[in-house]
Amino acid sequence: MATIELRKVEKVFGSLPAVLPMDLTVQDGEFVSLLGPSGCGKTTTLRMISGLEAVSGGQILLNGRDVTFAHPSARDIAYVFQFYALYTHMTAWENIAFPLQAQQLDGEEVRKRVAEVAEMLKISHLLKLRPGSLSGGDQQRVALARALVRRPAAFLMDEPLGALDADFREQMRAEIKRLHIRLHATSVYVTHDQVEAMAMADRIVVMSNAAVQQIGTPSDVYYEPANLFVANFIGSPGMNLVKGKSVDGVVQLPGDHRLSVPDSWKSALAHQLGNDGVVVVGFRPEAGELVADGDVTGEVYAVDMNGSDSLLYLTLVDKTIIRIRVDRSVKAPIGTVANIRIDPKYLRFFNAETEAALKREA
Amino acid sequence: MSKVTLQNITKRFAQVTALKDVTFTVENNEFFVLLGPTGAGKTTTLRVLSGLEKQDEGHIIFDDQEMDGVSPAERDTAIVFQEYSLYPTMSVFDNLAFPLRAPIRHRSESEIKQRVEQVAKTLQISHLLPRKTAKLSGGEMQRVSIGRAIVRQPRVFLMDEPLSNLDAKMREALRVELQHLQKEQGITTIFVTHDQIEALTMADRIGVLNQGRLIQIGSPVDIYDRPATTFVAQLIGTPRITLVQAEREDGSFHLVDSTVRLIVPETLESVLPISFQFGIRSEDIQLENAETGHFGGEVILAEPLGTLTITHIKSGEQTLICSQPGISNLKLGDTVHFNLNIERAHYFSLDGARIN
Repeated sequence: MATIELRKVEKVFGSLPAVLPMDLTVQDGEFVSLLGPSGCGKTTTLRMISGLEAVSGGQILLNGRDVTFAHPSARDIAYVFQFYALYTHMTAWENIAFPLQAQQLDGEEVRKRVAEVAEMLKISHLLKLRPGSLSGGDQQRVALARALVRRPAAFLMDEPLGALDADFREQMRAEIKRLHIRLHATSVYVTHDQVEAMAMADRIVVMSNAAVQQIGTPSDVYYEPANLFVANFIGSPGMNLVKGKSVDGVVQLPGDHRLSVPDSWKSALAHQLGNDGVVVVGFRPEAGELVADGDVTGEVYAVDMNGSDSLLYLTLVDKTIIRIRVDRSVKAPIGTVANIRIDPKYLRFFNAETEAALKREA
Repeated sequence: MSKVTLQNITKRFAQVTALKDVTFTVENNEFFVLLGPTGAGKTTTLRVLSGLEKQDEGHIIFDDQEMDGVSPAERDTAIVFQEYSLYPTMSVFDNLAFPLRAPIRHRSESEIKQRVEQVAKTLQISHLLPRKTAKLSGGEMQRVSIGRAIVRQPRVFLMDEPLSNLDAKMREALRVELQHLQKEQGITTIFVTHDQIEALTMADRIGVLNQGRLIQIGSPVDIYDRPATTFVAQLIGTPRITLVQAEREDGSFHLVDSTVRLIVPETLESVLPISFQFGIRSEDIQLENAETGHFGGEVILAEPLGTLTITHIKSGEQTLICSQPGISNLKLGDTVHFNLNIERAHYFSLDGARIN
């Protein structure tokens, strides 16, 4: 069991910052996801934790012990790659046993541990096969088994599901999470897929442009995004973001609409915006409702049937596109006008210039 | 624009039958999506349609004209692929103008300019026209590829997984744009994908292919609500439909290894066998309180996706996958009570065929 602590850890490649100084503490048994688009610095961060990449500054502590300059093998951390990275000429059993044999454990102990981990991942019947004759999912299970068999203090996973079909990813996602619940091993999981991060993580570290944008629970990043990047990146689709202007406790939205602001936000709007009062109003697709006379009016751009419900896409007069979750039975021909009411409980506000979320003031 | 018919198409490659007796018609101006896993025969269907591949049996008909002996160029279809096939050293303008400059089209430069600008405006790439395509992002390149396909107003528009290489946000944006564009321009479109969300959201009708056979054709609502086989039921919808073996005893049945017991619907009384498969979609399992919920189970996993939470409920030895709106407070090990929306349940024989 382990805690992982990053203190002002940073990475610079040449003159390019890959990871700006970041602080993060992963608690014992916690599942933390590093989430962001490609090039945001998430994999570099993971590689620094593992020791595969040297830090340019800062300190990394494992269980309170400084491992900043320790060799990867001295960190007692298992690393699962995006690609299966199995030895193709070895059987599944040999692949799983390999790290133990490298540690020169005795044969009896190796057999016992491989059997145990194979049982846990339900691959006991596949141990004699080579990776080439296994399905993608089973190859991934063997890779996981090989990481688990060492009983490391912590797990680092780099997009382990990236190469799988969408359908299968959903299944493996649940399997990995169930395994984590059972083993309670401290885990850091890198992904670009916000659905994976939301579904699996206790806490999510949202990264973009080498910088941490927000650290929070799935509920935090979904309902209280720290800035416009997080608001748009989390959710499929992301939060609706509409530019308006705050004047005397009312927000003017495109098309001469006046949005009345809940009292809890009034002082934030008065104090946390620039002099021009320009504000970005945010709300999730499910917070909007089709009504006769609403807060926003738009023209129907498209309707997407998603299975259990539909998404209605509307173009506002300023060309912003917003999406509203509606009942599957809603028929809205392209080009017709629709009015939306926004549930005031789910309104969020952002400073248009700094892109930071406004904070409610007591 | 054209109506497209495939009549009893069979295509073999050496020992492998890639398409087996495939028949369907795509109406004029329709957005038709061919959905299926890798190796289902989707791309082969497009290649046969465009004339790049010749079928072993059957006929391809555009409107009322048989196409079997007609060359790809004369069939006048346009294809967009997953990989962008643009000329990297040419500007976006020249890439778009390229199909129009083909000698057989006899277009004047001023005509070409007008058409390119019009298409660029529709696809919101006017600002990119002077740029070299090598300098564009993936989403921009795919927009240009689509532009190059529609610029010459083909009879039929064929798309082979054009969004698969894009990241999630770009895929969503382009998906909605394509759908809008297709409706606005009324282009007969056949779009191939393995992604069920693309099929559901864009299609007027979906054709589900598996192992070279057409399994089901229908509107997205049809396919979602009345999947013809367990294969289709599992292919469509996320989270995945729960499929559990069930055993019938006269007027009632129970899900094997669980405490769930239900009444046989009146309409199925004469057709439901002793052993069958019971399917229920996640939104048709409703969490209730102890008084109103007929069944009980234990939460073994909760996945808070944001707009909904997926809850895995263990009932006996079975796992049922249920979804509720918003982020729920359910924790591992919580006891939950639930009901099944039985009017929306699905019944399949053990070999996977829908029982109606």
